[in-house]
Amino acid sequence: MGKYILKRILIAIPVLIGITVIDYAIMCMAGSPLAMLQGPRVSEAAIEAKEIALGLDQPVWVQYFLWLKQLLHGNLGYSIKSFQSVSSLIGRHIGPTLLLMGVSLLVSLFLAVPAGIYSAIHQYSKGDYAVVTVSFLGSSVPGFFLSLLLIDLFTVRLGWLPSGGMTTLGTAGGAADVARHMVMPVMVLSFSMAGSNIRYIRSAVLEILHQDYLRTAKAKGIGRFKVIYKHALRNALIPIITVIGMEIPVLFGGAVIVEQIFSWPGLGLMTMSAISSRDYPVIMGVCLLSAVVVLIGNLVTDILYAFADPTIQLD
Amino acid sequence: MQDTQNIPLIEIRNLKKYYPVKGGILPHTVGWVRAVDDVSFSMMRGETLGLVGESGCGKSTIGRLLVGLEEPTEGRIFYQGRDLSTLRKNPKEMRRIRTRLQMIFQDPYSSLNPRKQIYEILAQPMLYHEISRRDTIHRDLRRLLDMVGLPETVLGKYPHEFSGGQRQRIGIARALSLHPEFIVCDEPVSALDVSIQAQILNLLKELQAELKLTLLFIGHGLGAVSYVSQRIAVMYLGGIVEYGDAQELFAHPAHPYTKALLDAVPIPDPAEKNRPRQLLQGEIGSSAAPPDGCRFHPRCPWARPQCKNTRPPLQKVCSDPAKQSAFSHDTACPYGQEGSLSEWENIS
Amino acid sequence: MKKDTLSEKKKHKPARHPADESYLRLVFRRFVHHRLAAVSLIVLGVIVSAALLAPIIAPYDPQDIAGPFAQPPSGSFWLGTDQIGRDMLSRLLYATRISLLVGVMATAISTAIGVLLGLIAGYFGGAADMIIMRFTDMVMSFPYILLVLVAAAIFRPGLVSIILILGFVDWPGIARLVRGNVLGLRETNFVKGSLVAGMPLRHILFSEILPNTVAPILVYATSVLALSILDEAALSFLGQGVQPPTASLGNMLNGAQSLTVLTTQPWLWLPPGLIIICIVIAINFIGDALRDALDPNGGK
Repeated sequence: MGKYILKRILIAIPVLIGITVIDYAIMCMAGSPLAMLQGPRVSEAAIEAKEIALGLDQPVWVQYFLWLKQLLHGNLGYSIKSFQSVSSLIGRHIGPTLLLMGVSLLVSLFLAVPAGIYSAIHQYSKGDYAVVTVSFLGSSVPGFFLSLLLIDLFTVRLGWLPSGGMTTLGTAGGAADVARHMVMPVMVLSFSMAGSNIRYIRSAVLEILHQDYLRTAKAKGIGRFKVIYKHALRNALIPIITVIGMEIPVLFGGAVIVEQIFSWPGLGLMTMSAISSRDYPVIMGVCLLSAVVVLIGNLVTDILYAFADPTIQLD
Repeated sequence: MQDTQNIPLIEIRNLKKYYPVKGGILPHTVGWVRAVDDVSFSMMRGETLGLVGESGCGKSTIGRLLVGLEEPTEGRIFYQGRDLSTLRKNPKEMRRIRTRLQMIFQDPYSSLNPRKQIYEILAQPMLYHEISRRDTIHRDLRRLLDMVGLPETVLGKYPHEFSGGQRQRIGIARALSLHPEFIVCDEPVSALDVSIQAQILNLLKELQAELKLTLLFIGHGLGAVSYVSQRIAVMYLGGIVEYGDAQELFAHPAHPYTKALLDAVPIPDPAEKNRPRQLLQGEIGSSAAPPDGCRFHPRCPWARPQCKNTRPPLQKVCSDPAKQSAFSHDTACPYGQEGSLSEWENIS
Repeated sequence: MKKDTLSEKKKHKPARHPADESYLRLVFRRFVHHRLAAVSLIVLGVIVSAALLAPIIAPYDPQDIAGPFAQPPSGSFWLGTDQIGRDMLSRLLYATRISLLVGVMATAISTAIGVLLGLIAGYFGGAADMIIMRFTDMVMSFPYILLVLVAAAIFRPGLVSIILILGFVDWPGIARLVRGNVLGLRETNFVKGSLVAGMPLRHILFSEILPNTVAPILVYATSVLALSILDEAALSFLGQGVQPPTASLGNMLNGAQSLTVLTTQPWLWLPPGLIIICIVIAINFIGDALRDALDPNGGK
């Protein structure tokens, strides 16, 4: 077990280095962020001074190592636009995003796990068809379109929910207020995630139900309920772990769109504004952060896997 | 031509194939599986050599090495006296020679591409190697199918439409299509129904005689192997333990392992029910950690203390010096025959 | 070579089948059995033909100002007009065309890349496999939409760049799938037989191995297609995708970010949204049915 975990970590290291290289390479393709400083109000000398201050006069690979060195010191660079440090920008925005992502993940699991298991146990029943059809709808409706529908319904027509932000302006906020603002973004994120999760859990449970040891348990005369809840569910833990692992990158992506629509003051909103103002250090920082989080997520999934399934082999 | 009559068609010398065993956190080689460990033999044109042994003894690996599916770790393979390893520098010549060395596979269900019609399976290699042309391919295929006893109508069908026996005929046709001189038959009948096995064995025997083929017939039971082979090599854990003319080997097995294999063959005669039989104890050893000395000694009923120390080489069984010239018969056990027993003790 | 095998695959049959029924017929029968998929096929067929025939059936030029501003649906403008008076139905037809084009092209590119890398990694193994698979891991670690958005920010947004971006980002799944299948196929006796017969590498890869892994690729490609269409819509909605005046289903929804459009002019954003849902759900159902129909172990 310890060997397996160590091996997984060792595999992750080159991937991590590769991620930083890709991240840097993508940003280099963007050209020099200096271009944005050019304008009638900036003199040639000022550009040059800025250039040297940013290390932009060095060759590309030197710049990469300069950047990597900074990175290891916890410095993700400074926003070209606001001159604030990227890490402090991320630090300020990550809270709302984590809140949104965490709640959405929980809600989607809360929907998908019972629905997937129900669907698998009652395979080919009317309920199964209904669940599967809804799950397809979940993964087919674009998140932004669903957001528009929800805003139209809950904000415009019914006037129940605020259309954006995290707290009502001019009030002290408070948990209830935040929760009210969160309802729609969470609905959108968890609905689209639940779609694929339901089908994944359904097929995983179906596979478990068709295994020989369950047939044996049934043949021994153990009741259906007991078979499913005692034998099958413990093994269904593995697909649930997988689902969580798979959803981390989806959550990051979904958060960008949902935060933009609902003006949720998180990383996604910050990234979108960085993208539209070509603020490369910020974009780069967010990309790197999310890639590392995804990588760690996969690593943790693999390790949890090993705990849930002792028969797992090194590939 | 006279030349090729005297030199063996196929000769292997000190052939070794070791597979690395990977392990550790940073994968590195922690050991070797000695699938084939120092094997030498030669085959004259038109000869059939049977290679028998338990699964895992390395007999199939020898077959794959001979047709170039694997590279030997050490040792040489000669085809008509030419070292195959030196030919690799000449891809064109290599390709030509490869077509001369063909293979028939064990499982006729997996040896034919399920997505291809029989026409494509057979015609593509022939056209690629320019053994046939577009305008002659149908005639050539018809002749080929006729040889293996299949009607022309099979060409438009897919592998799944055939029975195991028919598929193996197609497999044989594919091997023959490139006009080979040497064919490795890797347990060609062991996946087939018993009733079909005899038909395929007869077909192979007929084709061998008709086309003057040289066959290496690999099998795990002595029955089928002895039916088609003039000579037999018995393998145990990567090495040949006994080698000789089929009849002589059957009549006077000189190695305890061969004896045990022969005793394991059921005889459908109630009178023979209580014959004294030498049945093997224990499991075949691991080729990753083969026993020291004679590989067979942990299971050997005749094992003596010195068997644990030296690996006995193949040597002539010379129970009767007059016979020696008539039959070739080698064994790796010095105690198999009383005659040779004392001799070996004298030497060591 | 590859094109050949791809076009031939339909007549070919995998191993485990009753000899009395042709594989294609069996697949078709199982597929039609899936009623939702049959309906989806019809719906998709209608949408695709409408998109293809857009130049013929569209009542107006999609870029022409044909009528009054922001008019609700009427007899002469079935789906109304947009804020500058262009006919919404005509724009919708052309937008569908663009969105389908983006989806299909991006899927084609990512499938080609994925198949090639998967074949190389699976067949050659060793260092090539290690490098390709680690690279796949790296690309997969970046959240997909984020990567696409960043790329869209760097390269000038537009039709061609959006196709290339989606195509170059979406291949890792297919590469993994193909690699896994090739690892198994490489060891089969029919591949060994072809090697013994001295056939060249391109024959082994594209004629022996690839046709045997077409079915799972096809199923996977349908989900890539659905995702590509969704992603194009999301990107264009955010203003980073297909740029106006070219209409795509995503950028037609862009206007709905304003509350007036959202609340008082639903004809401007509901139809493109519904068309996206129809296309994507139809593709997903078809993919699901294909998976069941092509499954060699599937009963019925």
